[in-house]
Amino acid sequence: MTKKAIKGGEFLIRETEAHEVFTPEEFTEEQKMIAQTCRDFLDTEVYPHLDEIDSMKNPDIMPNLMDKAGELGLLGTSVPEEFGGFGMDFNTTMLVSEVIGGGHSFAVALSAHTGIGTLPILYYGNEEQKQKYVPKLASGEYKAAYCLTEPDSGSDANSGKTKAVLSGDGKHYLVTGQKMWITNGGFADIFIVFAKIEDDKNLTAFIIEKSFGGITMNEEEKKMGIKGSSTRQIFFNDCKVPVENMLSDRQNGFKIAVNILNVGRIKLGVAAIGASKMIANKSTEYANERKQFGTPIANFGAIKHKLANIAVKTFASESGHYRASQNIDDAYNAFVAEGINPGEARLKSLYEFSIECAILKVHGSEVLDYCADEGVQIYGGMGFSAEGPMDRAYRDARINRIFEGTNEINRMLCIDMLLKRAMKGELDLMGPAMAVQQELMSIPDFGADDDSTLFAKEKKVLRNLKKAGLMVSGAAVQKYMDKLSTEQEVLMNLADMLIEGYIAESTLLRVEKMVTAKGEDACAIEIDMMKIYMNEATEKCVLAAKEAIYAISEGDTQRMMLMGLKRFTKTEPFNLKDARRRVADHMIKENKYPF
Amino acid sequence: MKILVCITHVPDTTSKIAFTDGDTKFDTTGVQYIIGPYDDYALARAVELKEQTEGSITVLNVGTAETEPTIRKALAIGADDAIRVNAEPTDSLFVAQQIANAVKKEGFDLILMGRESLDFNGGMVHGMVGELLGIPSVSPVMTLDMDGFTAKMTRETEGGKESIELDLPFVAGCQEPIAEWKIPNMRGIMSARSKPLNVIEPTGNDQGATLEKYELPAAKGAVKMVSADNVQELVDLLKNEAKIL
Ligand SMILES: Cc1cc2nc3c(=O)[nH]c(=O)nc-3n(C[C@H](O)[C@H](O)[C@H](O)COP(=O)(O)OP(=O)(O)OC[C@H]3O[C@@H](n4cnc5c(N)ncnc54)[C@H](O)[C@@H]3O)c2cc1C
Repeated sequence: MTKKAIKGGEFLIRETEAHEVFTPEEFTEEQKMIAQTCRDFLDTEVYPHLDEIDSMKNPDIMPNLMDKAGELGLLGTSVPEEFGGFGMDFNTTMLVSEVIGGGHSFAVALSAHTGIGTLPILYYGNEEQKQKYVPKLASGEYKAAYCLTEPDSGSDANSGKTKAVLSGDGKHYLVTGQKMWITNGGFADIFIVFAKIEDDKNLTAFIIEKSFGGITMNEEEKKMGIKGSSTRQIFFNDCKVPVENMLSDRQNGFKIAVNILNVGRIKLGVAAIGASKMIANKSTEYANERKQFGTPIANFGAIKHKLANIAVKTFASESGHYRASQNIDDAYNAFVAEGINPGEARLKSLYEFSIECAILKVHGSEVLDYCADEGVQIYGGMGFSAEGPMDRAYRDARINRIFEGTNEINRMLCIDMLLKRAMKGELDLMGPAMAVQQELMSIPDFGADDDSTLFAKEKKVLRNLKKAGLMVSGAAVQKYMDKLSTEQEVLMNLADMLIEGYIAESTLLRVEKMVTAKGEDACAIEIDMMKIYMNEATEKCVLAAKEAIYAISEGDTQRMMLMGLKRFTKTEPFNLKDARRRVADHMIKENKYPF
Repeated sequence: MKILVCITHVPDTTSKIAFTDGDTKFDTTGVQYIIGPYDDYALARAVELKEQTEGSITVLNVGTAETEPTIRKALAIGADDAIRVNAEPTDSLFVAQQIANAVKKEGFDLILMGRESLDFNGGMVHGMVGELLGIPSVSPVMTLDMDGFTAKMTRETEGGKESIELDLPFVAGCQEPIAEWKIPNMRGIMSARSKPLNVIEPTGNDQGATLEKYELPAAKGAVKMVSADNVQELVDLLKNEAKIL
């Protein structure tokens, strides 16, 4: 099987092999050096000034930081060299996002600029627009914001009321409307604005320069977290936009918004992993330092439990992120080899893995919130104090479940996309779902499995988890048919199973690949982490599947499905307590998150 | 001006120090390596000088292949090419000889390095290189400006500062604030891959010193904090607990 042949969403019905996934252990020296540059930048320019950044007293501090990041080249990693960037692959730009993700408000400013601010022009702009704007965005001379959300149009993003009216001479569009929650709004030079022309059904996108006039804004929003990130309400009043500043075609705006969000989602997820690692590091250090009852709190089992869980979830989510980003790179290279132009190849490769992007956005942001919450707990009173680092980490984490599509919207999206692909015949869900039905009717196989290969038992658990997912989704589709979209609770259950299945598999494959390279002894802790995660994923799937089964079935069907679920989620006892202790002890010894 | 910057490859300053093999080997598991921080400043100053005066920067490290990522980083920061003398150094004189040999062969005008390395902190190599080449060596240099072939420097002395003027060539052991510390930028990192890194075999004497054993300093005892306005408590503690009064 060639790499190109891996399709988005296919993981559910196809057994991926370890050699097919990329793991963070495989980053090159150059990629590591890039990551170190990002770390050095945060250490020298951002961390010493966190309070000042969040105070918002100096409006120049964030744009100045962006300028410095621009000088280092951090704003142009994903921009091709011909437009003044560095043309790095997607995986490398993910690594940059991960490390910068530990940068609190600065991380949000940078990712909004490089992602939703720059990419619409890079991917959808015509040659002139790209030449005019992209080099300046890549250097930081221009700073960008993305204006989709409106007071009455949030999750329902295509319902915006902002209007674009063609001027009498046909040379301009006059844009009028109110945008809300606009990141970087306070200092942006360039706004990507979505508006409707006449009675169009879909939005149209425009590149608007601040200098066009007709733009006013409210004061900075007062927020729970990322207080140093500029967030504004922006008013466009007959803002005169030259017709050549329409981005892509009329009514193509919603498609742009949706496709750009694919990148935004996976990058948000990986940035959340960067923030989780920072919390893991700090929590370990604090647990080693803080003494109670005459001993470091790191010696208490309850604290070890927390440290281990923080590490396990972070490690697992990270595995999924880099697996998907390499898939995206491979798909991109394959499209380019087929003769598709690079901009379009990028979009197609991201679209191909949009299910994974949604999965990772949800998982990454929820792992971060878990870590932030337990980070506060490990710090105790100091966790609640604004003098300690966990206060900011906790507040800043929360936004990630809300923007780039709320986690509810993303959960529904991943199931929706999966089913649409099945309907279109792009993914054969039917065949495997039928096979599971067959298996349900047949006598369970008590036969001796071949346990001799590496992680054979874990792989069987995973295969069965997927079967459980197919069983429940199949039944839900049969029961509700096209009404499934109104049964959101069930959709959430299905999404949880899909997410856990993907992350568990990615973790298993990563550890298998590590063991193949270094042997089991050298990877003992990673094996523990994988087993702990497999257990967690299975438990979550059981819960989600049960809820769904109770909701969609009754009588004999229900009994049969519950029996099937039991069969598909059978695991062997594993001493989680001891495994977590081993993971935590390793962190405690290294005094950091060492994975 | 041809500048040579000699760099060390040392454990990150936050590394946990432990030993293996009966305390005869440094335990490298989980250890991150960096350019010696003082060497990093020397390199940063070289890059600044090159911007002002033109010329070239070569970095040199005496080390095994494991040090190459560190050398690449120096190339990313702004050196033009690099020499790795393929040997595991345990002895300052041996390292100084390798550097002196390279200088004799390539002819450098200015030889910069950190005032000392951050692993063994010998602080001797710059002096030895000067001696072997028969040119002056100055350390620790805190500022260095070039005026044609003459350098103006300030050097830290015990409780004071010394201003020096010196003609090229010479050796300088550097420390902050000689330059602004530099983070390699993306362009530098990407161009580092194609810059020459020449590996040469060591020449000259075998290394004189052999290592017998490492030992960690004794763990610090617990500290008791006494408030500044509680002199009586302090006196009590010194009398009754520490029993030194
Ligand atoms: C700090 C910050 C920065 C932001 N930056 C930007 C930016 O730069 N550019 C930009 O365009 N936007 C930005 N946003 C807007 C952000 O993307 C929206 O807030 C988000 O999409 C949610 O929209 P909303 O706030 O209107 O919530 P709503 O859509 O009102 O959602 C409220 C709740 O209802 C749920 N919900 C909504 N619809 C459904 C449904 N169909 N089914 C089930 N549940 C549903 C949601 O999940 C949520 O729990 C930012 C927001 C914040 C807070």
